Amino acid sequence: MDDTASTADSGDFDDTHDAGYNAPASEASVDKPAAETSAAEGAYWRENIRLLVSLMVIWFAVSYGAGILFRDFLDQFMLGGYPLGFWFAQQGSIYVFIALIFFYVVRMKQIERKYDLDD
Amino acid sequence: METQTLIYLFVGASFALYIGIAIWSRAGSTKEFYVAGGGVNPVVNGMATAADWMSAASFLSMAGLIAFMGYDASVYLMGWTGGYVMLALLLAPYLRKFGQFTVPDFIGTRYYSKAARVVAVICLIFISFTYIAGQMRGVGIVFSQFLDVGITAGVIIGMGIVFIYAVLGGMKGITYTQVAQYCVLIFAYMVPAFFISFMLTGNPIPQIGLGSEVQDGSGMYMLERLDNVLVDLGFNQYTAGSKSTIDMFCITMALMVGTAGLPHVIVRFFTVPKASDARKSAGWALVFIALLYTTAPAIGAFGMYNLINKVDDVAYTEVEPFFTNWEDADLYAWQDKNGDGVMQYRPGTAFEGKPEFTGETGPSGERLVANAPNMDSENEVYVDRDTLVLANPEIANLPGWVVALMAAGGLAAALSTAAGLLLVISSSISHDLLKSTFAPNISAKGELFAARAAATAAIMVAGYLGIYPPGWVAQVVAFAFGLAASSLFPAIFMGIFFKAMNKEGAIAGMVSGLVFTFSYILYFKLMNPAANVAENWLFGISPEGIGVIGMLINFGVAIAVASVTKGTPVEIRKLVDSIRVPRGAGEAHAH
Repeated sequence: MDDTASTADSGDFDDTHDAGYNAPASEASVDKPAAETSAAEGAYWRENIRLLVSLMVIWFAVSYGAGILFRDFLDQFMLGGYPLGFWFAQQGSIYVFIALIFFYVVRMKQIERKYDLDD
Repeated sequence: METQTLIYLFVGASFALYIGIAIWSRAGSTKEFYVAGGGVNPVVNGMATAADWMSAASFLSMAGLIAFMGYDASVYLMGWTGGYVMLALLLAPYLRKFGQFTVPDFIGTRYYSKAARVVAVICLIFISFTYIAGQMRGVGIVFSQFLDVGITAGVIIGMGIVFIYAVLGGMKGITYTQVAQYCVLIFAYMVPAFFISFMLTGNPIPQIGLGSEVQDGSGMYMLERLDNVLVDLGFNQYTAGSKSTIDMFCITMALMVGTAGLPHVIVRFFTVPKASDARKSAGWALVFIALLYTTAPAIGAFGMYNLINKVDDVAYTEVEPFFTNWEDADLYAWQDKNGDGVMQYRPGTAFEGKPEFTGETGPSGERLVANAPNMDSENEVYVDRDTLVLANPEIANLPGWVVALMAAGGLAAALSTAAGLLLVISSSISHDLLKSTFAPNISAKGELFAARAAATAAIMVAGYLGIYPPGWVAQVVAFAFGLAASSLFPAIFMGIFFKAMNKEGAIAGMVSGLVFTFSYILYFKLMNPAANVAENWLFGISPEGIGVIGMLINFGVAIAVASVTKGTPVEIRKLVDSIRVPRGAGEAHAH
């Protein structure tokens, strides 16, 4: 239960909401019992974190991985006239970044609809 | 028409457009002044963000950096775009849902502390002023290059234009002028790139041209050919790097995290109607930015290739006019060290320092320089890196209107960024320092007046820094990103994702990250530049990349302090819960 004297919880992404949570007044949740909203919000947040982690792994892999750490290995392959590692560092990572954001936009909208939390 | 007339025409027309937009979109309330009323379409906001973000440095200097650094310059390309993924996924939608006006607003409210808010304001002002000085300088340089007015007069004209639309229009005026400025700058950047790519490779799309065969009969790929040409002259391969892997890694990371923590970028996402629009808007911003950022590597490589072909091993008397034009502007120079009348372009510097022309001409007609020759190198040619983008159309013999377009584009890039920075400085003073901290009883009208007065004062300071750039300006760009990465980003991130982070932890983290990063850069860049070599660096990380360590210190200290101090109050935990779900941002906007 959340109370005023709540102590610091673990420094991790805290995605566990308990049933006693009350939605803040500013939210459009009057038509639902508070406990139900909270469960939906908890599940929504967990799904969001899972999605975030997998997308950030790709973000890391294309830039720091392909563009920097494994560049020498990838440079033995060619993409047209580009050595592959060089291409990732100066072109490819940027294209993947764009794709990641738009994938997140679409997927998050679906998740929000599923839990009826979209804006 | 003469190129000079065209330049006046293009620059004059673009300025008239910006002022027209400013008059049409005057701000009437503090909400309009700070966040453009909060109803900006996400695609429009993405375009404005792109102009806000792409500064004089992106437009004028980046391709030049890439040309002379090759693979090593990838840190800028990845660093300055990857930050948008962090923004879209980790910060922007939550900050929009929070629904206030400024970055210190979030930090002050989330950490229930005026002290945290003031620390955030200090970080913000320092970051923004370091950045803006360079913009005003950029305005001055473009003016002096193209319009035959001095740097001082150029800066003053630029100040006047920004004054009109930033002070009158606030965020509303800035948003719509930035959209116009984006269109001007991207058009100016792409047109010469299409021409040059087509001329060199037969493919007009520069991103594809750079990966195509070069049309010089060699049957080689562009990058392969450039590698060969450079290696023949004794340079490193273009596609090989010279920075250490850890330094590449840390600089890229510091630039990415710094980008995500820059207040003038974050605040743009406060202007869209909904939290989900903030995500969308970050995606569009990156699309518009990527157009320029994926073209820059091509411009860099093509520019380098053209420069070598047209300068190296060419007799000075037969060189094309672009060389003498830029020589007349003091930005190119040739010192005939071996007395053969032919220019040799090789690794190393031709002579010590920037050229100091004696006013006399040598046997081939070149302007003589007084600098002591560097006899360790066979190089005879001095080329200012920042000229590459501006000189490109001339080197490729493009028509005068393309050159005029470049002038208007460079100014658009510098002005749009300067205006965005001025706005966050003025709103942090009027809103965070006055309204929320020291003068809570100020009326809405008084606050709006204070915001305009603060913007005016900030323009004066920025103009002064542009006219009399302190020697350290060029040295401290690393500050802006390093400080944003080590102070603001962790505080905002933990504010959203770590419900247990309390005010003691956040303040201790911000201060320790800030002090560490600041001292490291100060020591190596200003106090003891001679020691600024890899052997002395902590873990081999240069001052440009040290923000990453500062960020880790911030996280570490914050979590340690938070775990031994009182937990966050229940209303703050509820606040975090509410910013995590998108529903409800519309209401926050409506009242």
